Amino acid sequence: MWSGFPLRPDQASTIAEGFDHLFYFETAVAIFFATFIFGTIFYFAIKYRRRSDDERPPEIEGSLALELTWTLIPSALCAIMFFWASSLYFTNSRPPTRALEVFVIGKQWMWHLQHAEGPREINELHVPVGRPVKLTMTSEDVIHDFFIPAFRVKHDVVPGQYHSIWFEATKTGKYHFFCAQYCGAQHSGMIGWVYVMSEVDYEQWLTGGAKNESMAASGADLYQKLACITCHGTGRAPAFNGIYGKPVKLTDGQTVTADDAYIRESILNPSAKIVEGYTPIMPTFKGQVSEEELLQLIAFIKSLGTEPQKP
Amino acid sequence: MSTTTLEPSIETHVHYLNVSYGIKSWLLTTDHKRIGLLYLASITLMFFVGGSAAVLMRLHLIEPQGGLVEPETYNKLFTMHGIIMVFFFLIPSIPATLGNFLVPMMLGARDLAFPRLNLMSWYLYMIGAIFTLSAIAAGGVDTGWTLYPPYSSAYSHTHVIMAALGIFIAGFSSILTGFNFIVTIHKMRAPGLTWFRLPLFIWAHYATSVIQILGTPVVAVTIALLALERLFHIGLFDPNVGGDPILFQHLFWFYSHPAVYIMILPGMGVMSELITCFSRKRVFGYSFIAFSSVAIAVLSFLVWGHHMFVTGQSVYAGLVFSALSFMVAIPSAIKVFNWMATLYKGSISYDAPMLYALGFVGLFTMGGVTGLFLSSLAVDVHVHDTYFVIAHFHYIMVGGAVMAYLGGIHFWWPKITGRMYPDGWARFAALVIFVGFNLTFFPQYMLGYLGMPRRYAVYPAEFQVLNVMSSAGASILGIGYLIPLIYLTWSMRYGKVAGPNPWKAKGLEWTTPSPPPTENFEETPVVTEEAYNYSAVGEEA
Repeated sequence: MWSGFPLRPDQASTIAEGFDHLFYFETAVAIFFATFIFGTIFYFAIKYRRRSDDERPPEIEGSLALELTWTLIPSALCAIMFFWASSLYFTNSRPPTRALEVFVIGKQWMWHLQHAEGPREINELHVPVGRPVKLTMTSEDVIHDFFIPAFRVKHDVVPGQYHSIWFEATKTGKYHFFCAQYCGAQHSGMIGWVYVMSEVDYEQWLTGGAKNESMAASGADLYQKLACITCHGTGRAPAFNGIYGKPVKLTDGQTVTADDAYIRESILNPSAKIVEGYTPIMPTFKGQVSEEELLQLIAFIKSLGTEPQKP
Repeated sequence: MSTTTLEPSIETHVHYLNVSYGIKSWLLTTDHKRIGLLYLASITLMFFVGGSAAVLMRLHLIEPQGGLVEPETYNKLFTMHGIIMVFFFLIPSIPATLGNFLVPMMLGARDLAFPRLNLMSWYLYMIGAIFTLSAIAAGGVDTGWTLYPPYSSAYSHTHVIMAALGIFIAGFSSILTGFNFIVTIHKMRAPGLTWFRLPLFIWAHYATSVIQILGTPVVAVTIALLALERLFHIGLFDPNVGGDPILFQHLFWFYSHPAVYIMILPGMGVMSELITCFSRKRVFGYSFIAFSSVAIAVLSFLVWGHHMFVTGQSVYAGLVFSALSFMVAIPSAIKVFNWMATLYKGSISYDAPMLYALGFVGLFTMGGVTGLFLSSLAVDVHVHDTYFVIAHFHYIMVGGAVMAYLGGIHFWWPKITGRMYPDGWARFAALVIFVGFNLTFFPQYMLGYLGMPRRYAVYPAEFQVLNVMSSAGASILGIGYLIPLIYLTWSMRYGKVAGPNPWKAKGLEWTTPSPPPTENFEETPVVTEEAYNYSAVGEEA
């Protein structure tokens, strides 16, 4: 049981080191204040211990200078921590463009993952070292949370919503990922491993194993199979070419961005946001497409690029 | 008022305990002191019920694969521990026992403003407790005390509604107590007792009461909405029926963050009483401590979003909540520094209540500085929902609130019962609790940083060493809590007679016999001096 008694989680992503620097700084501040306060209390408690029962201590009402000191110094330290932590958070909140894409679906009590290139995994995630990877995540049932301690990333996985995290692994190896949001009986069993591989090994892994068509290709099949093409390919409904990530003007005058959440909503609840110039004729596909298929359809639309082309 | 000449045996005067006997005289009492004792008995029971769940959890976690119970049972244990300790112990702890007993006495009043309402609040608490305990007896609840949907509204097969109804009802008891305190503090202060002569215990309870009446209705509404969704499938939180699960978290934390200040502010009030008495000093920076309580009460309503940094709330909302969370740390720091300065050049004695008080300052500081980690956006992302949060919360709630509660109980015990407890045992227990507490919860900070998520019935083997340390500490802590239960109970009958003011403390409650008569004061006291005027002690003794 003493084997492996780590004091620090693995540092295996580009943000881990920066995170740890802040963490050490805060630890130092915490130790300083705890020591200072403990020390002062001990010192006072011993130095000013009651020596006789009729002692009469001097009357001291307070001191504005001291009050200001112990208001302003902690405030300044808090301001430093706030700006430091917020700038890290802010930078990390935007995934780099050109990241590898993996889609994650949490369900009681397992993780389904699919790479944009096609391979599917359960409770395992294979990624190459040195390349940014973006996870787009949703849940089939309750709220889960995808947490990779070695990468210092974590995000809730919320049913009905897409949330993304990204990381760039810096060390090959095998790292835990956990479900961090309580999700029922087997919550603590909803864990898995990230395998960080060299670029060569990763390519081999991608091409080896069971052959899966890419998610965009699966989406294209669904586009035919679900007969989306009968309207969206004929002009009765908006065409998909080049719309991904672009602003869309709605009949009520609003403009929304055609992102994952918008596409999802337009499939499950088509009349919620109608594109300007079209009528609400589309039926809902709620119950007919799975979370996985939704992600494939999104991948398909995304694969059509962001530039409008002739259909 | 001299303690040497006036030492009545507690049998010789009529007081609130011997004025009448029989179960009915207790169950129908409107005496705030008796109601305080009813609460004391009830929350002590709840504390040991919630504590036994914690003991089972810690025993279970000695083995990585879980040595004791099935994961389903483990989930019910932490849910039961959380619901009971938060809603049925910590929230009522100091206000409903010591507050009930002391607020009128410190104000020089005969009772609270609405004595019957006060009794009703205890009955509501008991009804709530019975519902929640029945839910546990019927098989338990497994949602966690946070009751997050859609798990709680659509997926859990346990007794969610019954437990939630208990919380809902107990909430009203909290509102009534807060309401009663506010009116009493405004209208029933003794002549001469101006706002800035009030003991800081009263300021802390005033701030607490404001949070109770403004915050608690929100959790009641939230629970009602959850019940609508669970029972009638009205789509509020579950996306399958058109709801938004994050909405629940906003509503829940809008109450439940201020609620942690309901739990800690009264403890801070107790601190100011203990530290001044046992260092025989006027409190340092009275108005800073008083206004920091008000500042905490106000800011507490503006920081709920720091529970949601990883839910996908907007980055900008995260920035605002982070900044506000740092701001709420400042008034707490001001209090700690002022207590520290109060000790300076004091006449410090190490009676048991003071040991709890000094323990509080240390542990609360530890809890406070680790709160800074959780306010920091990027750091919170990593430690959120790990044992780091568990450790932080327990340092504030157990290291802080429970230490203050025990310190307060030991301080006012002679006033409440008229008898002293064995001081040696009391100091020994304080020490055992301090050591056991740190051994239990310090390793959990490390576990959290290493990445162990909370609410795990089984865990990877590399976390075992720290978990074993934590479990060992918990067994010491458990014994530490049993010792006071034994000697305090013993002292009620066999303790030596305390007299009206065994600590030579200041404050109106010490000017009346122990135990006090039903009407508290023979004649309404007139206040001519500021609180904590300890420099006068020598003259009077």
